[in-house]
Amino acid sequence: MFREVTISLLGGFLITLKLFVLTLVIALPLGLVISFGSMSRIPVIRYPVKFIIWVVRGTPLMLQLILIFFGPGIILGNQLWGGDADGRFLAALIAFAINYACYFSEIYRGGIQSIPVGQYEAGKVLGMKNGEIFRKVVLLQVIKRIVPPMSNEIITLVKDTSLARVIAVYEIIWDSQKFIKTDGIIWPLLYTGVYYLVFNGILTLLFNFIEKKLSYFE
Amino acid sequence: MALLEVNNIRKSFGKTEVLSDISFSLEEGEAISIIGSSGSGKTTLLRCLNFLERPDGGTIRVRDEVLFDGSDPKRLSEEEIRRRRLHFGLVFQNFNLFPQYTAIDNVMLAPKLAAREAGKNRDDEIRKQAEELLDTMGLSNRMNNYPGQLSGGQQQRVAIARALALHPDILCFDEPTSALDPELTGEVLRVIRELAENRTTMIIVTHEMSFARDVAERAIFMDGGVIVEQGDAKQVIDHPREERTKQFLASYQK
Repeated sequence: MFREVTISLLGGFLITLKLFVLTLVIALPLGLVISFGSMSRIPVIRYPVKFIIWVVRGTPLMLQLILIFFGPGIILGNQLWGGDADGRFLAALIAFAINYACYFSEIYRGGIQSIPVGQYEAGKVLGMKNGEIFRKVVLLQVIKRIVPPMSNEIITLVKDTSLARVIAVYEIIWDSQKFIKTDGIIWPLLYTGVYYLVFNGILTLLFNFIEKKLSYFE
Repeated sequence: MALLEVNNIRKSFGKTEVLSDISFSLEEGEAISIIGSSGSGKTTLLRCLNFLERPDGGTIRVRDEVLFDGSDPKRLSEEEIRRRRLHFGLVFQNFNLFPQYTAIDNVMLAPKLAAREAGKNRDDEIRKQAEELLDTMGLSNRMNNYPGQLSGGQQQRVAIARALALHPDILCFDEPTSALDPELTGEVLRVIRELAENRTTMIIVTHEMSFARDVAERAIFMDGGVIVEQGDAKQVIDHPREERTKQFLASYQK
């Protein structure tokens, strides 16, 4: 039984992992775009972006999942996603990507704004272009500063993927619950914690490694 | 014809007038020191010369080329500002070295980018120059250290080498020793003295009065955004004519 459950949960965990990786792939760059928007000197860009960040960070991710999945059907009378597993996964992915991009954008913004203005001015008086100053001077310093808060957020994402269960994405929690119905056993649900724990352990090691790699300066 | 001619420069931040009607000139190979209390506009003046602030009016000329003309309403393009500000170099009070680069990489970064922009590979030449500059600064054994591994005095000397690597016509110093522990100021003042002996054209904002007097041919005393007195450095600092200059200098035991 243990073997059977372990293998079954591995299948569920792969969906969890897929959701996690794809969310990062979208949200990491999207967050940078949003952070530039929230720092824009143009009010017509800055205020709407800040409003979106406020809404996304100010409401539960679970509600956002439900809204994105059921919203089109309720509001437009059009079941955009289809009812199958792929449709549900896609809806979940979009909800996660938007939600996490907004959180990442605030981390990026904090990192970028923490770089002393003297770094930009030094680049300028040395005749560097603005893009060169960002890429060659500021970027690595920003990365160094945001690794700790980003690792926090990314570890939270691993666990938040379980929320996708509310729109019936077959991630690991959902997967474990079928054993309650079919075999009347609850330990597989608790056992999922081990998967999260091991995976987050690996991520923690990875972030420690990156932090160490960047500890050569400042 | 003077190398640098600054005429009637004005600058206000909001309602506060920080510079009013600043005019002075500088000959090639000459060093001029600017003294005055904090808030007198010395730093803003250097920042205007380096295009970090835009003056509200007046003109700045280098070698007969008008770099800034306040009566010209046309806004300069980013490219044009980049080109014009390279007539000046600026050494900051807080060094502002790039922490992720070694001393020599700090010196080489901007020249390398400039060479790449011009479509040339001059890496060997740039490295040789950087080594020579750091050697002149007495840092030949510190080239591969990161700024965080260097003392403040060493960092400031790297910053001077970094500014010199672009061969500015005029090198500006903004209180180069103010952020340093007293025992480290000597090494920085020494290299600036050597630059003066080699006829580097310099504008030095400083609170070190004896240094201001000895290193520069001429001195400017600023107060409340205006030039109160300018002339021969020894005369201005040892025998000031203006009452305000006397008061200011009396607060220093030279």
